[in-house]
Amino acid sequence: MALLEAKGLTKRFGGLVANENVTVEIEKGTITAVIGPNGAGKTTFFNMITGFYEPDEGEILLNGKSIKGLRPDQIAERGITRTFQNIRLFKQMTALENVMVGKHSRLSAGMLGILLNAKRVREEEERARVEAYQLLEYVGIADIANEEAGSLPYGLQRRLEIARALATHPQIILLDEPAAGMNPRETVEMTAFIRRMRDELNLTIILIEHDMKLVMGLSEYIHVLDHGQKIAEGTPEQIRTNPQVIEAYLGKAATEVS
Amino acid sequence: MVKQVIANATGSLFKDRQVPLLLTLLWIASFTLALYILEKSVLAFMGILLSLLLVYYTKTSQTVKVVLGALILLVLIPLVAGDNRYYMEVATQVGIYVAMALGLNIVVGFAGLLDLGYVAFFAAGAYAYAIFATAQANHFIPGDLFPLGGEWFWPFLLVGLIVAALFGILLGLPVLRVKGDYLAIVTLGFGEIIRIIFNNLNKPINITNGPQGLTPVATPVLFGVQMNTPFYYYFIVLFVIAFIVLANIRFERSRLGRAWIAIREDELAAQSMGIPLLNTKLAAFAAGASFAGVVGVIFAAKQTFIDPTSFTLMESIGILVMVILGGSGSIPGVVLGAAFVTILQVQLLKEFSNFLHGLNSSGVISLPNQLDPSKFQRLVFGILLILAALYRPNGLIPAKRNINDIEAIKKSRFAKEKLGILANLNEGKRQSG
Repeated sequence: MALLEAKGLTKRFGGLVANENVTVEIEKGTITAVIGPNGAGKTTFFNMITGFYEPDEGEILLNGKSIKGLRPDQIAERGITRTFQNIRLFKQMTALENVMVGKHSRLSAGMLGILLNAKRVREEEERARVEAYQLLEYVGIADIANEEAGSLPYGLQRRLEIARALATHPQIILLDEPAAGMNPRETVEMTAFIRRMRDELNLTIILIEHDMKLVMGLSEYIHVLDHGQKIAEGTPEQIRTNPQVIEAYLGKAATEVS
Repeated sequence: MVKQVIANATGSLFKDRQVPLLLTLLWIASFTLALYILEKSVLAFMGILLSLLLVYYTKTSQTVKVVLGALILLVLIPLVAGDNRYYMEVATQVGIYVAMALGLNIVVGFAGLLDLGYVAFFAAGAYAYAIFATAQANHFIPGDLFPLGGEWFWPFLLVGLIVAALFGILLGLPVLRVKGDYLAIVTLGFGEIIRIIFNNLNKPINITNGPQGLTPVATPVLFGVQMNTPFYYYFIVLFVIAFIVLANIRFERSRLGRAWIAIREDELAAQSMGIPLLNTKLAAFAAGASFAGVVGVIFAAKQTFIDPTSFTLMESIGILVMVILGGSGSIPGVVLGAAFVTILQVQLLKEFSNFLHGLNSSGVISLPNQLDPSKFQRLVFGILLILAALYRPNGLIPAKRNINDIEAIKKSRFAKEKLGILANLNEGKRQSG
């Protein structure tokens, strides 16, 4: 059984059909890419998986159980988390605190416990702090633990966002354009890092990306969306030579030429 | 010699914004003495209050600061100003507003929810006590049990807290579904609605006695002592503020406080980190409201009379001004903002007014009634806010994020193994090894 199954997802905004009958299966431990031209509905697809949009039709199953209609925080608690296309950190908090926020659903302190500063709460906080620091070490930015997130350089913000997502203890992590705005060297580093993260942490990764070099080099399976519909799926080799995909990206003439 | 000391003091003051301990002690001693000798000197009284700010910026350990602050508040002020009803009254009023501003700081400062109807929770607390501490409750509860005695003041601090928290949740449930500007408008509306309900709840069953208000509210009694002078209220308020400050500090550094700030910074990201929006916002509303409720009980007892005119929109806005002027989300900032605005309102402008009146009647100047400074309260507020927005947009003492001690994290007993998802790393190693 696939870890995540999206069956016939459809989402309409008024007259615009952003996703139509999209079916995707994700196996555990894989790196899957969702690609497509601008406006193909990739982010809409992510938003449905993570609960920000409720699909008009279709079903989403995690480990065979429906997660459709759950709120984003409930889905995060069930182990699906994400990063954003335009980095969304908590700018006025320190890097360490940003990661600690990710621990929210794994901590249990209630109002009374916090007020009384109970031993259990203090221990939980200390553990969370240590774990957050370890995550910063893991993504390689422990030296800026006490810096304000908003003042960090772009590349470090990307890493911090991943560390924060890891803090939710996810099974699946959705990366929305993880290499956007990065130079070639940073992109290579990010590619290596994503693979290492999958291997070492036993994660399943789904990513949206426009950088084809990254997509072809990193992903094991690719789904292609165009105008809200899935037009192809397969291994990088299959996608590279798929005439429909080439047409979607380059127009009809290109297929005729080739 | 003296020049050198001053030069050194100002030098270090500007270098790292810290005051040497000696200067602080000197300041405290001189103003305490000044107030002791010149009993009526407003300046000396202000000097003592200002010394608290000085303590905050003194270059010394946290413990010494707390001890010094407690010494000033608990010993020095009651000792030299305790028999002056007026000073104690001012100090109590400052305390009441500090406590309310700290409550609103949770809602506006931490969670970023612009609440323009905050005074409704203050009213809820005040009415919760006043209805049962006057004969009013006899109108709808049979058996001539009321008014309750002053001993009941103490349990009612808790009742006021719970009632206001419930109000917060009930009000929050419909209101918190809207965001930003809309939230401000809706809370403004609800705040007014609650005041108008209190104003009209004298029929069909007379619960609040409507515009006539409730009086005489029983004053607190402890071990048979009638605590009906400002001197006692000063200590009651101080006790409550200590509790509220402690709660604020603990909340801010907790899972809940982080969730509030995360929501303020970015709702979408907060949600995808597993933070339930509505519950977390409700918690902020309830926590903020409950503090206002406690203060409401004290207010009702202190005034011995309450009516709906004490709970107008202007009050809500006044408290909001304190939070924003002081530094939204900054606990010391909000305390300073509330103290500053209240003193300006109840003391400085009035004193200045009196001073000008004195000159007027002795014929030095001729001051038309319209130019009386105490009539320019709103104007002064407006100018202050504009100045603050221009020169200190983050408030008098801007919020600082708490810096974690990295060495302590490294030394923690939990640091020995990999935690959370990183525990998978250990497994991997074990398998390969």
